[in-house]
Amino acid sequence: MTLDAAAILSGDRRAIARGLTEIESGGPAGVTLLDAVWSKTGRARRVGVTGPPGAGKSSLVAGLVRMLRGRQERVGVICVDPTSPFTGGALLGDRHRMSREAFDDSVFVRSLATRGNLGGLSRSAPAALDLLDAAGFDSVIVETVGVGQSEVEVVATADTIVVVLSPESGDAVQAMKAGLLEVADVLCVNKADRDGADEMALALSNMLDLREGLAWRPLVVKTNALLDIAPLTDAIDAHQAWLGEDGRLGKRRRDATMQRLRWLVGDLATERLLRDAEALLEREVAAVHAGSCSVAHAAQRAVEEILA
Amino acid sequence: MSDRPIRVLIAKAGLDGHDRGAKVVAQALRDAGMEVVYTGLRQTPEMIVKAALEEDVDAVGLSLHSGAHMTIFPRVLELLHAAGLTHVLLTGGGVIPDADRATLQNGGVGQLFGPGTPTRDLAHYIEKEVARRRAAN
Ligand SMILES: Nc1nc2c(ncn2[C@@H]2O[C@H](COP(=O)(O)OP(=O)(O)OP(=O)(O)O)[C@@H](O)[C@H]2O)c(=O)[nH]1
Ligand SMILES: [Mg+2]
Repeated sequence: MTLDAAAILSGDRRAIARGLTEIESGGPAGVTLLDAVWSKTGRARRVGVTGPPGAGKSSLVAGLVRMLRGRQERVGVICVDPTSPFTGGALLGDRHRMSREAFDDSVFVRSLATRGNLGGLSRSAPAALDLLDAAGFDSVIVETVGVGQSEVEVVATADTIVVVLSPESGDAVQAMKAGLLEVADVLCVNKADRDGADEMALALSNMLDLREGLAWRPLVVKTNALLDIAPLTDAIDAHQAWLGEDGRLGKRRRDATMQRLRWLVGDLATERLLRDAEALLEREVAAVHAGSCSVAHAAQRAVEEILA
Repeated sequence: MSDRPIRVLIAKAGLDGHDRGAKVVAQALRDAGMEVVYTGLRQTPEMIVKAALEEDVDAVGLSLHSGAHMTIFPRVLELLHAAGLTHVLLTGGGVIPDADRATLQNGGVGQLFGPGTPTRDLAHYIEKEVARRRAAN
């Protein structure tokens, strides 16, 4: 075992932080590190929190951390914010909302940027949670802005998925478009102190009534993140209790691993397929532009030829 | 690894209650291509260093207007070193008399910028200094 791995397993913060940097960069060192600590993963409860910008996700995560600390748990938090496609920079502002909670030796908060590589994020963020899990945190929480497929995928590998909406303009519609409602175990209407929260909660319940054959009917709760998040923590507890029965948690985690494996195999396969394929692809481009076949046909032929 | 984005922590220490300047700096550094962790108001040296450690940043930018610079900068530097973060650049700005600035910089704090410094200058300084420190490590 490498020195770093031993330090991570012993809970050394600096080692954890550096390990997260390796994982985030997506290089081989991160893979080696995770391998070395892998046997210690699987113990932490994983909660994913997503929703539209500004809905109150970080404020709720701060509340969750306080609640879990009240239970003497050690808590790890990963906050994901988008990288600007124009400059490559990112403003990581989630920690700001939990700066009091983060100042606790039993809490570890790390902000990650999407690095203009959204696909990569659904790979590295769950791996970051794996590392915190191995490092001995009892609960690990990941926050992403639920605006697109990849961000939703990040939380989709959690045990319990919380989708946060606020009664403000269009959140429900946006959430539906992004496929957020499908993945939610708990739907949290935050900013319940604002107008329209009751109506929104009711609308969401009605929407859920239309969905049949749900093994778990998502719970709809209302919170004011700045005052009281008990309805949310109760709902998460209820979902985790349900997961704890009949081997559901094991099944859910196997499904999540299958999902992650598919992504990674897809990445690796694509990389392998496209390696040294430039000349072949140029030939197909020429064929398409000469009018001899469609792009879709050219793609099929290219794959056949590469695999032959 | 060496081309990973520069990560910077921007914090506001002290008790005064507005953070407009720190936010402007955070946005400017973001626009310069950095990953900026913004931690907001009233951060103690202990909070700042815990955040710097967990976020694995290359630099800490402190905004300070309360006149406590002669205690806060050295304290943050001391805690950074105690945490093993000797490679982290500590820089910042505020209203700091020249003599104090010289004392702090001689004590290992990076360049300190007065109010009204173009954010571009700060960004260039951080880029140059972090590149130098990364190369030395
Ligand atoms: N009135 C009210 N304001 C809230 C509530 N929850 C959060 N806020 C405020 O809403 C703003 C955004 O809160 P955040 O917790 O940063 O929201 P977020 O979803 O994490 O935001 P992003 O990460 O930027 O997408 C802050 O000013 C909060 O203080 C609430 O329940 N009621
Ligand atoms: Mg947030």
